[in-house]
Amino acid sequence: MSIQSIILADLQGEKSWRLKDYEARGGYKALRKILDEKLTPEAVIAEVKKSVLRGRGGAGFPTGLKWSFMPRGYQGAKYVCCNSDEGEPGTFKDRDILRYNPHMVIEGMIIAGYAMGCERGYNYIHGEVWDVYKRFEDALDEARAAGYLGKNILGTNFGFELFAHHGYGAYICGEETALLESIEGKKGQPRYKPPFPASFGLYGKPTTINNTETFAAVPWIIINGGDKYLDLGKPNNGGTKVFSVSGHVNRPGVYEVALGTPFSALLEMCGGMRGGRKLKACIPGGSSMPVLPGDIMMQCTMDYDSIAKAGSMLGSGAVIIMDETVCMVKALERLSYFYHEESCGQCTPCREGTGWLYRMVHRIEHGQGRMEDLDVLNEVSDNIAGRTICALGDAAALPVKSFLKHFRSEFEYHVEHKKCLVPVDVQLEGSKIYVEQAC
Amino acid sequence: MLSEQSRLKIDREIAKYPPDQKQSAVMAALAIVQEERCWLSNDSLREVADYLGMPAVAVLEVASFYNMYDLHPTGRFKLTVCTNLPCALSGGNHAAEYLKHKLGIEYNETTPDGVFTVKEGECMGACGDAPVLLVNNRRMCSWMSEQKIDQLVSELSASAAREQGGK
Ligand SMILES: Cc1cc2nc3c(=O)[nH]c(=O)nc-3n(C[C@H](O)[C@H](O)[C@H](O)COP(=O)(O)O)c2cc1C
Ligand code: SF4
Ligand code: FES
Repeated sequence: MSIQSIILADLQGEKSWRLKDYEARGGYKALRKILDEKLTPEAVIAEVKKSVLRGRGGAGFPTGLKWSFMPRGYQGAKYVCCNSDEGEPGTFKDRDILRYNPHMVIEGMIIAGYAMGCERGYNYIHGEVWDVYKRFEDALDEARAAGYLGKNILGTNFGFELFAHHGYGAYICGEETALLESIEGKKGQPRYKPPFPASFGLYGKPTTINNTETFAAVPWIIINGGDKYLDLGKPNNGGTKVFSVSGHVNRPGVYEVALGTPFSALLEMCGGMRGGRKLKACIPGGSSMPVLPGDIMMQCTMDYDSIAKAGSMLGSGAVIIMDETVCMVKALERLSYFYHEESCGQCTPCREGTGWLYRMVHRIEHGQGRMEDLDVLNEVSDNIAGRTICALGDAAALPVKSFLKHFRSEFEYHVEHKKCLVPVDVQLEGSKIYVEQAC
Repeated sequence: MLSEQSRLKIDREIAKYPPDQKQSAVMAALAIVQEERCWLSNDSLREVADYLGMPAVAVLEVASFYNMYDLHPTGRFKLTVCTNLPCALSGGNHAAEYLKHKLGIEYNETTPDGVFTVKEGECMGACGDAPVLLVNNRRMCSWMSEQKIDQLVSELSASAAREQGGK
């Protein structure tokens, strides 16, 4: 089969986000099917399990399994939350999903609510995308008016309410327990786990958090069956994935392809390398994931298992492409600055360690590094990873370790010659934008 | 005093959360007040705290945690340019340098006429459109070539001049 897109399929024109358009594309049929055929919540979860849909937010955790952790027969409120915080550098897919197909996310969340017995949901939307938030609110109004949300959905006694919560600029709120704190009106600081959100989540109630794209995949699975979804991808990697490709390609953008698609094919869809230059490196899953050299990347297929085997992670599907005009030290310097800036400060290894990493890489980039620094960088990274409350610590450490592993000679060159291996004017030329794109 | 309009907007936000969880609306309330007043003074924070029945220090904690709240006066237009790596690969730094040079200010400074503040931002979830910048937290501008930066700055200057004239 060669279906390549589900979530972004048939989206044409400015109005694709409206309810009417979504219904014309088959929207809300999955919800109707569940309610008409009186499918049990267990049956819905079983279908999602069969699809081997894995969380699209970063960790790739099986969605059906996660849903089955929610306590059944619990007396009291339970919540489902959508993570549209999308702050991982390189990731810009959820913005497009919400811009052009918000109802698919809404339908997915309603179905999740039904499957887990939740009466209420929140979609946490990244602060910088105000238009997307406004549009999502409009889509919610449409869904309420049409009886897809509210007390008695489509005349049944199943009820579900859904609201949008707007973030205000904190990367850490993408971490699911920080996101919950943030909805509760607090600083977005991650919680210790356990307890996990399925037992102690929003307002202390059982809660499940999934990524925007994860929810968007659900209606198709219900209509077409979990098996079919699995078949679109490859074993253990069900379905399609929306990739956001940035950096040195001719057409950066959002591309949905079947999991298992060769990286080279994705690169071709993006119009190939900018200026016909050579692929030097690629971060395949957002800035927190290990970088891979271009030749290793060219051997990969785009799915969780292939990328993991190559030594990185598919993460959020943010593919950052770097060509030979990039100075790897400078690239790492900017990423390290980001993690230092965004650390919430709760754990000492992360708070102090991210600052230390940044200052060291900064020194090396500015010609004041020492050879010993390279080993210290590795050591500090090892001392952060795995010793913190949340995975931001690992996210800061992994890039450092992988940049050093694959591009150590560039760091050494910097220390020895006190300047970049790639001449600065070449770097500048490489990062020029092409005005034809400025449409 | 919060304006009537702000209170209506905040009430709409409060209604999204369970009745005993008014505090959940604090982020939205701060954004609403900041939109009206450009920045959040201590008095503004206190008004939000009173309105939501929260301790003022809890409101300050939130306001100082999230990057998009301004606890110091800014220019009429705050321009936040993304310079994170994906954007930098497509001219993000160049756009930021060009803008700063054009306005004659550094990051976190405001032009003497009080019209523009420039800030360095982190990933805005729009890296495919690089260079990107955000005007007053709300309006996202994509593919900011030198020419488009020129256009934006003249448009906003003109709008600031009109406001001044109108006062
Ligand atoms: C620092 C940090 C940032 C994260 N940012 C996001 C994000 O922006 N969007 C997202 O969906 N998940 C993000 N995650 C992962 C979430 O914690 C969570 O695993 C995910 O939302 C679960 O959804 P999924 O199972 O559908 O992938 C982040 C995790 C960490 C540690
Ligand atoms: S690892 Fe860093 S971001 Fe995560 S909780 Fe600890 S200090 Fe905060
Ligand atoms: S890196 Fe600039 S918007 Fe993502």
